[in-house]
Amino acid sequence: MLSLSSISNKTVGIAGCGGLGSNCAVALARIGIGKLIIADFDVVSISNLNRQYYFLDQVGLNKVDALMDNIYRINRNVIVEKHCIKLTPANVTEIFSDCEVIVEAFDLSEMKKMIIETVLSLMPDKYIVAGSGMAGWGDNNSIKTLNFDKLYICGDLTSEISENLPPLAPRVGIVANMQANQVLEILMSKNL
Amino acid sequence: MNITLNNSPEFIDRDEISISELIKLKNFIFKMLVVKHNGQVIKKQDYDTTIVKNGDNVVILHLVSGG
Repeated sequence: MLSLSSISNKTVGIAGCGGLGSNCAVALARIGIGKLIIADFDVVSISNLNRQYYFLDQVGLNKVDALMDNIYRINRNVIVEKHCIKLTPANVTEIFSDCEVIVEAFDLSEMKKMIIETVLSLMPDKYIVAGSGMAGWGDNNSIKTLNFDKLYICGDLTSEISENLPPLAPRVGIVANMQANQVLEILMSKNL
Repeated sequence: MNITLNNSPEFIDRDEISISELIKLKNFIFKMLVVKHNGQVIKKQDYDTTIVKNGDNVVILHLVSGG
């Protein structure tokens, strides 16, 4: 049985630093992950604060800069490598090449599809933990994790965001932390 | 024929079926799908020409926006 301290030499990629990515990264930082490679092109806006791990005084900052600061305020021992960039199939394979596990933490379904297909076809040794279906509120027990070989998907797989079904801290946070929990299980149980 | 669809055994009343037909038959209504056939990722443009046969393993996943 591995001890938890073994994760201090593991690297996890966080693709997208919104509701899923910021909360998942913070959970992994708190438990002592060795290195996080975080990527996002966006800046913090006021509307993000209903679910994302940022603060009022960070509105307008690049998400990767703000997230790195927040991680360092929690745990100085985590190495954070940040990329303020829009991810594409070409740069995904470069940026996340040293990761044991990649967390899909995008907002848009076409970006989710892009990174899942890229990792499954071009990075077959990597584990990928994705999130799909977490809009709205309630219905705790619909949220689950599916596993297909090295792909894991957390969420209810059906509830898509819309005007009447916004992404909100409780359900997005549940899925983000399920992703972190799945990453931890992979790191503790697979021979990586 | 018998296939495995999303980790579950599934009887399909055909000798073979394309990925496009399987998507229609099983009513995967969301447009953003990730498809794997016997471990290989299948791109959308290949849904018509990828043929599923007895014993094959297929994964069809909906991806919905939000995060």
